[in-house]
Amino acid sequence: MGGISMEPMLQGRGLGKVFGAHQALAGVDIDLFPGEVHALLGENGAGKSTLIKILTGAYQPDSGAVVLEGAEVAFRDPLQAQAAGIGTVYQEVNLVPNLSVAENLYLGHQPMRWGMLNKRAMHDGAREILAGYGLEIDVRAELGSFSVAVQQIVAIARAVKLSGKVLVLDEPTASLDRAEVESLFEVIAKLKARGLAVVFITHFLDQVFAIADRVTVLRNGKLVSTQAISGLSRTDVVRMMLGKDVVFAHSPVTEIGASGPALAEFKGLGRKGSVAPFDLTLHQGEVVGVAGLLGSGRTEMARLMFGVDLADTGSISLGGPLTLRSPRQAVAAGMGFCPEDRKVDGIFGELSVRENIVIALQAKLGWFKALSRDEQDDIAGRFAEALDIRAADHNMPVKLLSGGNQQKVILARWMAIDPKLLILDEPTRGIDVGAHAEIVRTINRLREDGLALLVISSELDEVVAYSSRVVVMRDRAMVAELKGADIAPQVIVQAIAAQEAP
Amino acid sequence: MKLRVQRLITPQTIALVAVLLFNWLLFPGFFSVEWKDGRLFGSLIDVLNRGAPVAILAIGMTMVIATKGVDLSVGAVMAIAGAVAATGVESGLTVWQAVPLALVAGLLCGLWNGVLVAVLDIQPIIATLVIMVAGRGIAQLITQGFIVTFNDPSLIYIGTGSALGLPMPVLIAVALLILTTLIVRRTALGLLVEAVGVNRSAARFAGISAMSLLILVYVFSGFCAAVAGIIVAADIHGADANNAGLWLELDAILAVVIGGTSLLGGRFSIPMAVLGAMIIQAMNTGILVSGFPPQFNLIVKAGIIIAILVLQSPVASRLFKRA
Amino acid sequence: MNRSLRPLAATAVIFILAYAAAAFQFPTLVSTRVLGNFLTDNAFLGITAVGMTFVILSGGIDLSVGAVIGFTGVFVAVMISWGGYHPAVAFAIALAVSAAFGAAMGAAIHWLKVPSFIVTLAGMFLARGAASVISADSIPINHEIYDWISQAYWKMPGGGRLSMIGGVMVLVFVLGALLAHRTRFGANVYALGGNAHSAELMGVPIGRTTILIYTLSSTLAGLSGIVFSLYTQAGYSLSAVGVELDAIGAVVIGGTLLTGGYGFVAGTFIGVMLMGLVQTYIIFDGTLSSWWTKIVIGVLLFMFILLQRLVFRAQAARA
Repeated sequence: MGGISMEPMLQGRGLGKVFGAHQALAGVDIDLFPGEVHALLGENGAGKSTLIKILTGAYQPDSGAVVLEGAEVAFRDPLQAQAAGIGTVYQEVNLVPNLSVAENLYLGHQPMRWGMLNKRAMHDGAREILAGYGLEIDVRAELGSFSVAVQQIVAIARAVKLSGKVLVLDEPTASLDRAEVESLFEVIAKLKARGLAVVFITHFLDQVFAIADRVTVLRNGKLVSTQAISGLSRTDVVRMMLGKDVVFAHSPVTEIGASGPALAEFKGLGRKGSVAPFDLTLHQGEVVGVAGLLGSGRTEMARLMFGVDLADTGSISLGGPLTLRSPRQAVAAGMGFCPEDRKVDGIFGELSVRENIVIALQAKLGWFKALSRDEQDDIAGRFAEALDIRAADHNMPVKLLSGGNQQKVILARWMAIDPKLLILDEPTRGIDVGAHAEIVRTINRLREDGLALLVISSELDEVVAYSSRVVVMRDRAMVAELKGADIAPQVIVQAIAAQEAP
Repeated sequence: MKLRVQRLITPQTIALVAVLLFNWLLFPGFFSVEWKDGRLFGSLIDVLNRGAPVAILAIGMTMVIATKGVDLSVGAVMAIAGAVAATGVESGLTVWQAVPLALVAGLLCGLWNGVLVAVLDIQPIIATLVIMVAGRGIAQLITQGFIVTFNDPSLIYIGTGSALGLPMPVLIAVALLILTTLIVRRTALGLLVEAVGVNRSAARFAGISAMSLLILVYVFSGFCAAVAGIIVAADIHGADANNAGLWLELDAILAVVIGGTSLLGGRFSIPMAVLGAMIIQAMNTGILVSGFPPQFNLIVKAGIIIAILVLQSPVASRLFKRA
Repeated sequence: MNRSLRPLAATAVIFILAYAAAAFQFPTLVSTRVLGNFLTDNAFLGITAVGMTFVILSGGIDLSVGAVIGFTGVFVAVMISWGGYHPAVAFAIALAVSAAFGAAMGAAIHWLKVPSFIVTLAGMFLARGAASVISADSIPINHEIYDWISQAYWKMPGGGRLSMIGGVMVLVFVLGALLAHRTRFGANVYALGGNAHSAELMGVPIGRTTILIYTLSSTLAGLSGIVFSLYTQAGYSLSAVGVELDAIGAVVIGGTLLTGGYGFVAGTFIGVMLMGLVQTYIIFDGTLSSWWTKIVIGVLLFMFILLQRLVFRAQAARA
C-alpha cells in the first residue's frame, strides 16, 4: 500500500447511466491511484461493465464526471481514452487473431521506411517489448496460434505501449489455468511497480486476495463500498457482493415437506475445462438451489444437464438412462431450461408472445402435428394469465416486452410442455419487483405440483426461501450440499467464500 | 371484411398497382384481356406467364432466406434440370420419366447445398457458390454442349400449354404457391423455420432441430429451381445450358427482398415474394412495351435494390423512429 | 507450418502436380511460349482477381467486377471510336469513373450496413445496364495506339512473348502483393477480415478502409476492362459475363479464406494460373469439352472450401 501516492490517476465522480427505464449505474465514485491494483467486484448486472465502459470511453455517462490526473475529461470513444492513457484488455481478447503477434502490437502505429512497413523494426520492437513481459515467442507467427494466456499478455503489452497510465483488465483470467494466472500476476506486479493504475475485474476471490490492494464492490448499479483488501475477510467480500448481512435471521420456511421419489439422477457428470464431475439427484416436488459466484461453474453445470454442452464423463437417468447429444433429447425426456442470457439463448425477439410460448411444445410435437391457431391462442392465453404476463396483445413481438415479462414468457414456454424437471438459471436477474415476486410464486407452485426444479440464483434470500436443498459451486466444482438448518444465508456465504483445501 | 381489405394494402401491392398503372399510361392496351382459342391473352397474362419462373424460384428462396441463408445456385440448377428433362425426352424417355428425373436432379443439388450449410456449417453464400460455378458445366456435360431441342408435345405443353384459360407456367406457380403456403402454415414448418432464422441459439435451447430444417429448405429450393428450369426449357422447346436461368438467382433474391422478407432471416411471406416477382416482371414488360431498350431493366432493378437498402438501413429506421 | 500458409501450399502443390502431369502428357506445355500466352490470355482475369483478393481478405465479396469490365470496355470504345479522344484520356477517365463507382459501393456497404453481396449486386445491374444503354452492340476500336500496344511484347528466353497486357498483369500482382503485405492499408484489410469489431477497437478506420477496398477492386476491374478492350480490340456491353465468379474462384483456389482474414496475393496468382492450366490442358487435349473447365473449377472450389473449413475449424470453434 505504501506505493500509493495521494493524487488519484483516474477518478469517477458520481457516475450514472440509464438504459431505457433501467438505471444501470447510479452515483458511483471510484478513485484509481498510480501503482495500485484495484479489484472491481460484483455479480452480473451489478454495473461493473457499465462503469468500465464509461471510464474507457465506450459509453458517455448520463451524470457525473471522469477526471484524469485532476482534469475533467469526456471521451468520445475508446480510442480517445486509449490515446489519453487508459488502455483496456477484455476477456475475449480484442485483438485480431489472423495477424501476427508483432502486427497486433503495432497495428495502426507500424514503423515505416520508404513508405512501406518496416517489418524488421516491427519484429525487433515486438520481441523487445514482449521480453519485458518474460515472453519469448516467434512474433511473426499469427496470434491465433498461441494460447489465450499469451494473447492476453500481448493485449496487455499493446494497451500499455499505447496508453501507459491506467490499465483495465476485464476478467483476464476467466479462461486461464493456474500457471497462466500466476505468470499474468507477475506481469501485473511489474506494471504496478512501474506506477500504472491497474483495474482488475474477476470472479475469483483467491485472485482478488492474491493481487489487489483495494477492492470496490458494486451491487445493482450502486457502490457498496471501496476498501483496502488488507482489512477484509473473504466472507466480508462475499457478503458485500451478495448483500447479505451475517446477522440475517435464519429463515424458518425451509422445512419444505418431504419430497417425492427420485426423479432424475446425474452421476459423475463433468466436462473438462468446464465443470468437474458432480453427482446430483433430484426428487419430485423439490427445489434444489444452486449457489456460487459467477464463474463458479454453476451455469456450466446446468448446460451439461440440459445437453447444451456435451459431458465427457458421467451418466444421466430420467425415467430410464438418457444420452444427451443436444437439448432436443433433454426436452423429449421432459426437461426445460430457462437460460441466463435471455436475449441470446432465450427469446425469439421478432416472433410474437404466443409463438414464443408455444415454440418448445411445437418443437416437441414435431413438424406435422401443428398446433392450430386456436390451440396456440389457448395455450398462450392460459399461461399468460397464470404467470401474469403483461402484454397488450399476444401477437406483439416479444422483444417489445420488459425483461421480466420476457422471462415469464420463457417460463411459460417450458410449463407448456408439462415438464418433469425445470432448470432455471438466474430467473430473477434484472427484472422488476413485480415480475420477481411472480416468478418466485411460480417456482413454489410448480414444486407443489410435483415438479423437480433446479434454480441457480445469486439472490440468497430467494434461494433460502424456496430450496429444500442447496448445492454450492466454487472453482468449477460442486463443493457442498446443504440441508435443513444449514440452508441459511450465512452458511451459504461461508461455503462460497471458504478457502480451498490446501 | 374491413380488416381483410386493410391487410391487402401493403407497400408491395401499392408498388405493383403503380407499376401496372404506369404501364397502362405508356401502353393503353395494357389491361385488355381477350379470350381466344380457349385461353386468355393480353399483356397482363403475359406478365403472369413471364414472371412465373422467377415466382417459383422466389417461393423456394423465401424459405432459404427465412433461415438467414441464401441460395445462389438456383439459376444453375434450372439449367441442370432443363438439360436433364430435354436430354431425357430426346433419348427416348417419356415425359413421365424425364420430368421426375429432372426434379430429382434439383432435389439432389438442394441436398448437396443443404448438407454443406447444415452439416459442414459453411456459410450459405459460399456453400451454394460451388453449384453456381460448376452447375452450368454439369448442364453442358448432360447436353454435350448442344442446345438440345425437342418436339415432345407433352413436355412442351408444360411451358406453352394452357388449362382453365391460363398458361401452364402460371397454373404451376399458383399451385406451388398455394400448396407451399398451406404446408408451411398448416404444419409447424413455418414457425420453426422462422424461429431458426430469428435466433438459432434460442432455437437449439428450445429443442428445435435446426439441421434437418436447414437441409429441408435447401432441398425445397432445389426442387423449385428444377420446376422453373423445366418450364423454361419447355417454353423454348430446348435446353440451353449456358443461358437458361442466367442471373435469375438474383431476380429471385430481389423478389424475396421486395416481398419484405429480411435478408437477416426470420419472418417470411411466400405470397409477398411472389408478388415481388410480379412487380419485377411488370417492370420488365413495362419497359418493353414502352419502347425503351430492354437494358433499362437492369438499371431500374439496381435502383429498386438501392431504394430498398436505404429504406431498410439502420440509418433510415432511426430517421423514421424520430419522425 | 503457419496455418494460413496451408491452403497456399496446397494450391502450389496442386498446381505443380497438375502442371507436371500435363507437361508429361504434352511436353510442349513446358515452354515460355505457352507461358507467354498464359499470361496474355488471363491478364484481365488476373488483374480483376487481385482486386477481388483484397475484397475477400476483408470478408466481403464484389459481384460487380464483370459488369465493370464490360462497362469500361464500352466506355473506352465509345470515347475513342465515337468521341475521337486519345486512348490515354479515355483510359484516365474510365479509371476515374470505375474508382468513383467502387467508392460509392464501399460507402453504401459501410454506411447502410448491408451485406456486400447485395450492394455489389445492385452495382452489377447498374454497370451492366449502363453499358447496354450506351451501346447494345459491340463497338470496334481502331487506333494506332491500340495496334501498337497489342503488338508490343518482350521476347522471353526460349522464344515466348510477354505481351504488354501480360506484363501489366504481372505488375499489378507485384504492386498488389506490396500493398497487401507492406502497407498499413494492407494490414488494415487483414484486420478487418479477421475481426472487424476488434479492428475498430484497435483504431483501424473501418469506413475509410472499406471504401478504399471497393475503390481498389472497381479500379482494377476498370483496368481489366481496358486490358480486355486491348485484347479484343472492341468494347461490348455483354463481355466478361461471369468473370466475377472466375475471379472469386481464382482467389479461393489461390488459398484465400472466403470468410476473410487469411490469404496471399501470390496465391491468387497461382489460382489464376491453375485455372488457365485447366483451360489450356483441355485445349491441348482436344477431346475434352470446354464445360469440363467449369466442373473442374467447381470441384477445386469445393475442395478448397472444405480444406479451409478443416484447417480453420478449431479457430471457428474458439471464436
